[in-house]
Amino acid sequence: MDEMRRRLADLHAMWRIRALEEKVRELRIGAEAAVVGSVHLSIGQEAGPVGACAELGPDDALFATYRGHGWALARGVPAEAIIAECAGRATGINGGRGGSAYFTAPEYGFYGENSIVGAGLPIAVGAALAGRFDGTGRVAVTVCGDGALNQGASHEALNMAAAFRLPVVFVCENNEWSELTPIEEMVGEPELWRRAAGYGMAGERVDGNDPAAVRAAVRDAAARARAGEGPTLLELMTQRLVGHYIGDAEQYRRPGELDRAREREPIARLGRELAEAGADPAAIEDARTRAEEEIERAAAAALAAPPADPETAKDHVYA
Amino acid sequence: MPESTVRERAGEAPARETRKLKYGEAVNAALARVLAELPETLLYGEDVGKPGGVFGVTRGLRRRFGDRVFDTPISEAAILGSAVGAALMGARPIVEIMWADFSLVALDQLVNQAANARYVSRGTAPAPITVRTQQGNAPGACAQHSQSLEALFLHVPGLRLVMPRTPQDAHDAVVAAVHADDPVIIVENRSLYFGEKAEVELGGPARPMGWSHLRRPGRDVTVVSWGAVAAQALEAADALAADGIEAEVVELTWLNPADMDAVLGSLARTRRLAVVHEANTTGGFGAEIVARAVEAGTGLDAAPVRIGAPDVRIPAAPVLAEALLPSAAGIAARIARMVG
Repeated sequence: MDEMRRRLADLHAMWRIRALEEKVRELRIGAEAAVVGSVHLSIGQEAGPVGACAELGPDDALFATYRGHGWALARGVPAEAIIAECAGRATGINGGRGGSAYFTAPEYGFYGENSIVGAGLPIAVGAALAGRFDGTGRVAVTVCGDGALNQGASHEALNMAAAFRLPVVFVCENNEWSELTPIEEMVGEPELWRRAAGYGMAGERVDGNDPAAVRAAVRDAAARARAGEGPTLLELMTQRLVGHYIGDAEQYRRPGELDRAREREPIARLGRELAEAGADPAAIEDARTRAEEEIERAAAAALAAPPADPETAKDHVYA
Repeated sequence: MPESTVRERAGEAPARETRKLKYGEAVNAALARVLAELPETLLYGEDVGKPGGVFGVTRGLRRRFGDRVFDTPISEAAILGSAVGAALMGARPIVEIMWADFSLVALDQLVNQAANARYVSRGTAPAPITVRTQQGNAPGACAQHSQSLEALFLHVPGLRLVMPRTPQDAHDAVVAAVHADDPVIIVENRSLYFGEKAEVELGGPARPMGWSHLRRPGRDVTVVSWGAVAAQALEAADALAADGIEAEVVELTWLNPADMDAVLGSLARTRRLAVVHEANTTGGFGAEIVARAVEAGTGLDAAPVRIGAPDVRIPAAPVLAEALLPSAAGIAARIARMVG
């Protein structure tokens, strides 16, 4: 694929996530909301999943966080199944058992969101460990936020992956906010990627609002992992343009912060860059409209599906 | 897709043979069997590989099975979490948490992760891990190495739990747990590892989970017990018999699934119930046994009795610990009061 088409494809992939998240937000708000409960949107952080998932093969295992709709979509989970899951429908990817913050789709190599901060890191270490014995050559990619790197389980996972030189790519999305608290006030060293050296693994700070930069970093990390050179810690610098959860009043935001973030956010930025590079304006617009139309269709289909069946609520606790 | 529930077994169950083994040796034999039988098994934990375990239970297994048996950092969350991740990929990890007390730093991986995997995925991504640990007081052990924590795990739907006391049960529990498609916690007891040798039947197919033993028949009272302290319950039953009280002792090897049919069947005959465990009485699984018996409408001729540790921390000095933990004499005296 030539460079221009690649970038247009990235733009479209990011618009799909943006449109999905906007739709989920729309369905979560209002008296007749089809989506209830805690929802954490990734608006502004679309470049990470789009860049990273482009480098993953079918045997690779992806572990995400509760801010994971975009990661699932980029990994191939259909939008309809995601929206249906958020809306508690029988056709949801987990039939309504996971919800917005804890769904899983192993058939797409998406081993789930996780609502426990930092819990996905040790699990990904195990996925990589299994790959050492099952012959798949699997790389495990685990996503976490900046705040998650302050969890004890994260430390244990980073160390064990490094000690055993396991093929894990630790992707930290640093959106500067550890939930509602600035990450820089919760660490002695705000450049989180520097921790990698202490574990004896490769580390890199990446422009997390540029899908091409993310893709390149993940490609290198995955290549090292597949070559037996062990794990990598990538710190993707990004910003979420919305609250930690839907309903977050965001009183913690600093003056002008969101205005500055909107100038840097990945979709507007790539659109500008493509226009400057001479891309067809219709193609740029098409990247958006195709995404929005897909999500509209997906939402309509999801909401037309029946609710999850209460008769099944006790199933699958045990084998 | 994970293949853990559909993968073909490596071969037939190993042939039956009988050997005289101590409890720890029986666990070792069972681990060797499943490592040989199921190529998707891994065995790891702190000091379990080259050192062979702090109690020697995994001795020789790394030499025999190579890299599938290995040591880990002192990182319980990474041990349990990686077991969940490996199981999601179709492996059957067997991990050791050296003391049950140490599981508390990593409960997230058992309660929030392993227990949920099957349910949320509707069976497509289960986490059939086996966690071996050991618990309970032994002379001189401090308060952080003495607790009996089975009730914490038994409160969690999705986790299975077994507390073998004899070499045969210790062996069978490992084989059953590793073959099971659920996460299973095996709670051993270090005071049993180096006990008497007993005849252990090896080989044959894995037993289904949930067995119990009617260790002693009796008409006057049903004593339900599990774990190492069941030996004291049996000793108490012998003492009571000398006084003319016939106690029927039901030993629950598995607590999830628990063989309530055995308990209720015995109660229908004796109409009196005593539960004996080493764990603290409040919120202990004994309370659950009593509640289930009452809910089942079992008519009882005496108020049921729970015998366990009082709600106290466990002190290190043996003389202090002995004052708190159930003893044969104490069990017998309490049951005699109930029956008399």
